[in-house]
Amino acid sequence: MAYMIKDSRCTGCSACQNECPNSAIVEKNFLFSIDPMKCTECIGFFAEPQCVAICPIPKTINLNPDVPRFQAAV
Amino acid sequence: MEPGNHNAIAQLRVMHPATRMSGGNGCSSKGDNGKSSCGSSAGQGDLSPKVWEKIKNHPCYSEEAHHHYARMHVAVAPACNIQCNFCNRKYDCSNESRPGVVSERLLPEQAARKVLAVASTIPQMTVLGIAGPGDPLANPEKTFKTFELVAHTAPDIKLCLSTNGLMLPDYVDRIAAMNIDHVTITINMIDPHVGAKIYPWIFFNHARYTGVEASRILSERQLLGLEMLTERGILCKVNSVMIPGINDRHLVAVNKAVKSRGAFLHNIMPLISAPEHGTAFGLNGQCGPTAQELKLLQDSCEGEMQMMRHCRQCRADAVGLLGEDRSAEFTTEKVMAMEVNYDLANRLRYQEKVEMKRQAIVAARSVELATLAGEQSDLSILIAVATKGGGRINEHFGHAREFQIYEVSTAGSKFVGHRRVDNYCQGGYAEEDSLETVIRAINDCHAVFVARIGSCPRAGLTSAGIEPVDSFAMEYIEQSAIAYFKEYLERVRSGEVEHAQRGDAELRQGALIA
Repeated sequence: MAYMIKDSRCTGCSACQNECPNSAIVEKNFLFSIDPMKCTECIGFFAEPQCVAICPIPKTINLNPDVPRFQAAV
Repeated sequence: MEPGNHNAIAQLRVMHPATRMSGGNGCSSKGDNGKSSCGSSAGQGDLSPKVWEKIKNHPCYSEEAHHHYARMHVAVAPACNIQCNFCNRKYDCSNESRPGVVSERLLPEQAARKVLAVASTIPQMTVLGIAGPGDPLANPEKTFKTFELVAHTAPDIKLCLSTNGLMLPDYVDRIAAMNIDHVTITINMIDPHVGAKIYPWIFFNHARYTGVEASRILSERQLLGLEMLTERGILCKVNSVMIPGINDRHLVAVNKAVKSRGAFLHNIMPLISAPEHGTAFGLNGQCGPTAQELKLLQDSCEGEMQMMRHCRQCRADAVGLLGEDRSAEFTTEKVMAMEVNYDLANRLRYQEKVEMKRQAIVAARSVELATLAGEQSDLSILIAVATKGGGRINEHFGHAREFQIYEVSTAGSKFVGHRRVDNYCQGGYAEEDSLETVIRAINDCHAVFVARIGSCPRAGLTSAGIEPVDSFAMEYIEQSAIAYFKEYLERVRSGEVEHAQRGDAELRQGALIA
């Protein structure tokens, strides 16, 4: 699965964008979204997903149920 | 200065060896007016020319300068890397003035254009700060890009930034290389157990830390950053939010810790925590301090180092003199449409005039102070002043949005704070409720100096024990305060007035209208 941003909770602070190791977070008209094709849930990079760890508003960034879990290359 | 005055002042000093007016830490009472020559309140005094050059027209680093010079913040740094219980990242209201609040976020190019537009319109705007709405060093590329653009196009503008300090050690060299002369660090604790009650988490080194561990890392990084700035000769101000019951007593230890690491100025600010702000403290009923509690803490730290008392806790996009906010004149839309004519020579000419005015104020104060020379009294009183700036009593009582508070004793006059109030006069109609608000805000004062005042508020103030004084209309504030005090002492001696201690006053907690 990839992560996704809940628009109604996002403050648009861009903190997640600065931290994403995959440059998966894009902004369009002050709305931020995560490209599910680029998101790796930070697996292989960090112990916790960076966007979730820095987001100031709880429950704003959640797993996207429509996308299968990311599989790290073996 | 007249040689006679000098002797008189030397005498004064003997009479008041422990007066609060004389600071420690190299800020001895060698100024020409008997006051401490610390940069925050008086003139150059015994500050080194290098330091004086840095602070003389910086409204946040010099109390005296803040009557004349303006600053602006550009909101280019939205991201933050820590969570504070006094901050709510969701809040954004154009009718409210407090840190972390902005109406528009800017890209570095837009910010640089805005700086030029403001500098062209307000020649006394001398300082550009980046203070958020998040943390400048959590947005290093946007922050430094903005500074780079401004340094190129408006080289006379002083650059400064305000940070929580978490990332500071990593960027000190870049800050020094960009000639950023002033850095403010918000340090609310040096004990991580106290910190755990203020900071629920930090994001550091790719991980979220919580509890005591988070505050331990934060505190170490803040103090290390401060030491590194001091080593490089960068002036550092420390901001602390006073949170009664959590860090109020602890701030004395914070004061000592930052002083020993070379901080230049300490700014203890009252917590702003109205429930409608939605901050953790606002929601759990944590109160801010009263005016007296704040002043007592500031006074008790003053022996250690100089204190800033003129902070207006402004927005991350504030524009203008401290205490006024002209940001609405400079929205992106307006700035883009504005014809920008950055005339450096004109700016410098204007600032020269300001310097002359300012010297006249200092001279007037010195002369007036000398007339107090023979007086012996341990009385001190607070005076509230309605002013639009320029160091004069030039505001109508009913139009005042804030009152500046001066403490006067035989040692002289000193700015000790300010109180924000609603306009007493709303659209020409005065409301009794608002007079009550003003009285609560300046209830610790013996007098209020105004340019004019109506008969109704005059009566209300008098019955509350605050003397309304309009006889110094348009005069210099400090000169008038000393003259009033001298007369007050005579009235007390003659029995015309009985000196009584005033009560406490309220610091406004609600949304502040900008």
